[in-house]
Amino acid sequence: MKPRLKPGLPFVLLAAALAIVPWILRRAEMEYCLTQLTMSLYYAIVVLGLCLVMGYAGQVSLGHGAFFAIGGYTSAVLTTCDVSKWQTAAWLGWIKQSPFCIAREDLFGNPILTVSPWAAFFAAMALTFVVANLIGYPALRLRGHYLAMATLGFGMIVHKVILGTAFTGAADGINGVPEWNLGLGLTVSGKRPLRIENYFIAGGLLLLLLVLLHNLVRSRVGRALQAIHDRETAANAMGINTALYKLKTFVLSALMAAMAGVFFTHYTAGIGPSEAGAFKSVRYVALAAAGGMSSLWGVTGMSTLLNYMSLRGLFGSYDNAVFGLLLIGIVSLAPEGPLKPLARLVRRLAGACRPPNAAQPDAARPNNGLEGRPRHGAA
Amino acid sequence: MESGNLELQYFLSGITKGSIYAVVAIGFNLIYSATGVLNFAQGEFVMLGGMVAVTLARFVPLPVALAGAVVIVALVGCLLEILFFRRLQRHSILHLVIITIGLSIVLQEIALHLWDEKVRSLPYFTGNEISTLKFLGAAISPQVLWVLATVAVIVVLLHIFLKYTLPGRAMRAGSSNPSAAMLAGINIANMRTLAFGLSAAIGALAGCVISPITMTHYEMGAPLAIKGFAAAIVGGLGNPMAAVLGGLMVGVLEAYSVSRLPAAYSDVTVFAVLLLVLFVRPHGFWGRPGGESVREH
Repeated sequence: MKPRLKPGLPFVLLAAALAIVPWILRRAEMEYCLTQLTMSLYYAIVVLGLCLVMGYAGQVSLGHGAFFAIGGYTSAVLTTCDVSKWQTAAWLGWIKQSPFCIAREDLFGNPILTVSPWAAFFAAMALTFVVANLIGYPALRLRGHYLAMATLGFGMIVHKVILGTAFTGAADGINGVPEWNLGLGLTVSGKRPLRIENYFIAGGLLLLLLVLLHNLVRSRVGRALQAIHDRETAANAMGINTALYKLKTFVLSALMAAMAGVFFTHYTAGIGPSEAGAFKSVRYVALAAAGGMSSLWGVTGMSTLLNYMSLRGLFGSYDNAVFGLLLIGIVSLAPEGPLKPLARLVRRLAGACRPPNAAQPDAARPNNGLEGRPRHGAA
Repeated sequence: MESGNLELQYFLSGITKGSIYAVVAIGFNLIYSATGVLNFAQGEFVMLGGMVAVTLARFVPLPVALAGAVVIVALVGCLLEILFFRRLQRHSILHLVIITIGLSIVLQEIALHLWDEKVRSLPYFTGNEISTLKFLGAAISPQVLWVLATVAVIVVLLHIFLKYTLPGRAMRAGSSNPSAAMLAGINIANMRTLAFGLSAAIGALAGCVISPITMTHYEMGAPLAIKGFAAAIVGGLGNPMAAVLGGLMVGVLEAYSVSRLPAAYSDVTVFAVLLLVLFVRPHGFWGRPGGESVREH
């Protein structure tokens, strides 16, 4: 028998690990690393959402960078655009009093009236919801390469529209995005005194979503997705509404990407068009693949680690090369991600260390040869 | 200039661009038919072809440099198949596609470090930058004729190869039914290597002929691959001749979009049409509908 862990234990361990990192970094006087760590935690949320689509529903999306950008840009445009220009409009008087708008100063100290970050956040979520449904509904009827192409094409459209439109700042992007007061004394901001607080906001958000997804994939929905992943036609015949499940999963993961985009934009106080680029989307897919696709833990760990290393510039001018090689290496040698084979190794070692009488049941079990064989991923 | 000539000018520029997309799409199709994998590194073959030819052209005459580039890149293509795809038969198609993405990134980085980030180009095959020919009132560079002729020759030769030669027939047999082909004594693994080599060679040749016009740069591969991918899908995956039509359509569409809309939106038009095609007719204009695939894994 495999020792069963208490279901909540890994999350407690992760929370503890997240909590201990700032302390270690402070002791090592490397607190500046927290900035990149926070950014990579936000990117990990995108990859986690993608993991649901790729690893569980078995669909590929090469357009998640676009959802990240839709979230970030909606929030950036709304929170930096001065609405007091339309002073004459009758509804403005009402809206000014409402919590939708806040008066603040722009970078140059001029008073402006903008949409409040919370309202912008909900607008971003709503827009992403609509766009993801519009794209997902027809696209998810496609399979394999066609779906990849459709999502890639969608991503390219968003990227080029952002690049070619004046109010999204074209190639310059948008900066001067204000900080976001979440309430409860928490503020999403890139200011130095708030570095640790923001690291915990990012970590907390990631942990929360991880718990949600962890429960989701072990529910009825998760089993349906697994069936779609393994063989869509069969799942359909079993009475699973495959189109609906796929669409819901796609929209959920798009919302996660957009949410990460909104937080990220407030944290870095700006966003640029490269966030929507095809390379970003491909990178998310690659990170999901490197983490093992259907392993929430592996995906979270790998994407945080790799993004952090790349953001810190540890690979220097070989950043992309190292990234590409890691991708090829992991996918060709350990298609289920590096964590599962590692866990197997640990288990085998633990089994070898156990006293012989305790190991008896293991030895008595017929070896069906399944232990070492990697499970194949998506079709 | 009269507006009629202007239209023709746009059309010709679209055909030129489109024929390059067509060549990339043919390469996609060859590998797709043989292995079921969409090779995202296809654009890198075009880039490598141009880069190798530019370097070789410094030491040897131009035709020799072109031939050398095609041979070297074809060998690279074969090597990639032997190193990665031959030993990864157990992997799912999605994993293989992701590996090609990785290969594309790595090839690009290798090119960046072997050469540098500078833009280079081959000399014009005939004439120079300013020599033009008049065609029905539109001006075209002689290099455009070289591009069109090369693409036409590639298409015709490939057609003859696939239809009338033994290896070509074996390749088609392998793609339509691998198990049956294997029973008939065809070495499927070698056919796959051949498909990669051929596809790389075609890409490299295209990279050489467009080098004087579009210049060669280590980053040129990925955008070409995406457009070529779109062309292959618009035409219909698995049909190399449809890929040519698909490529020309994408190129002309792009040229007309540039003439009507802001230049930044040319890709938007292309991909919007692509999405439309995918949603309305996912198997492309000349492709066969796949139906419920039995070879899902």
